[in-house]
Amino acid sequence: MKSAVIVFPGSNCDRDLAVALEKTSGTAPLMVWHRETELPEGLDLVALPGGFSYGDYLRSGAMAARSPILGAVKAAADRGVAVLGICNGFQILTEAGLLPGALMRNSGLHYICREVPLKVENDRSAFTRRYRAGEEIVIPVAHHDGNYQADADTLDRLEGEGRVALRYSDRCNGSARDIAAILNERGNVLGMMPHPERMAEEAHGRTDGRRLFEGLLDALA
Amino acid sequence: MKTRVYVTLKNGVLDPQGKAIHHALEGLGFSGVNDVRAGKLIELDLDPSVGEAEVEAMCRKLLANTVIENFRIERAADAREPHA
Repeated sequence: MKSAVIVFPGSNCDRDLAVALEKTSGTAPLMVWHRETELPEGLDLVALPGGFSYGDYLRSGAMAARSPILGAVKAAADRGVAVLGICNGFQILTEAGLLPGALMRNSGLHYICREVPLKVENDRSAFTRRYRAGEEIVIPVAHHDGNYQADADTLDRLEGEGRVALRYSDRCNGSARDIAAILNERGNVLGMMPHPERMAEEAHGRTDGRRLFEGLLDALA
Repeated sequence: MKTRVYVTLKNGVLDPQGKAIHHALEGLGFSGVNDVRAGKLIELDLDPSVGEAEVEAMCRKLLANTVIENFRIERAADAREPHA
């Protein structure tokens, strides 16, 4: 599986994500700086990491979504390349219009950093095929702006098309319909607030996040 | 030329910050505040050649996220406030 991790100024989960990808796939991802205008050839996966790109100025992910590399990320998504956005990566994908809706300030106003229980809703995507629909998993979140909102029509469409991938089981942050992760229409772009790379090794306490990377390896390698 | 862009949350979009400010005002003993909505003010110093349409494009492309926010453009000539 040939993957790339995009690095923005203020990304801080890029190396953790690279470690998780390397440990599951056996191949280190290419690290691509946001000022690049082209992605390396032949990628199977483009990953946008967590962090605080541009200090969350204006809106979380707003500046990064206008970075030069995003044009290439959009083109790759259009070609069917898998695109994974985690936390700030999810915020960037919504700001860039690759996923619908927006991630707003948590309803309780606090930054939330803890392990959260999640219900798997869709187990058919390349990202979630190693899980079972209805299964409860635990993956940590660490965010201030994870409150997913979209208009009622968009939410109904996401639900109807099976594009809600993960849901919080514990009313984490005020997200509409407890949405924690969504897919695009084609199913090749996933945005999620929880951090699977932080739950990927025995030393992390649990390995629920690792199955996401293993699923990608099954589907893309 | 000074131009102001006001970015506000759309009606119906939950505003947790506005809600917290509202609670804080009540905590300070201010009564009669029915609702609080928090927004952003962005001041642009523009070359006179920059037209309204271009400012609107700036709003749509970056300054506001039109999924959740509205924007209003105010050119300095339109409304000169005494404290500006």
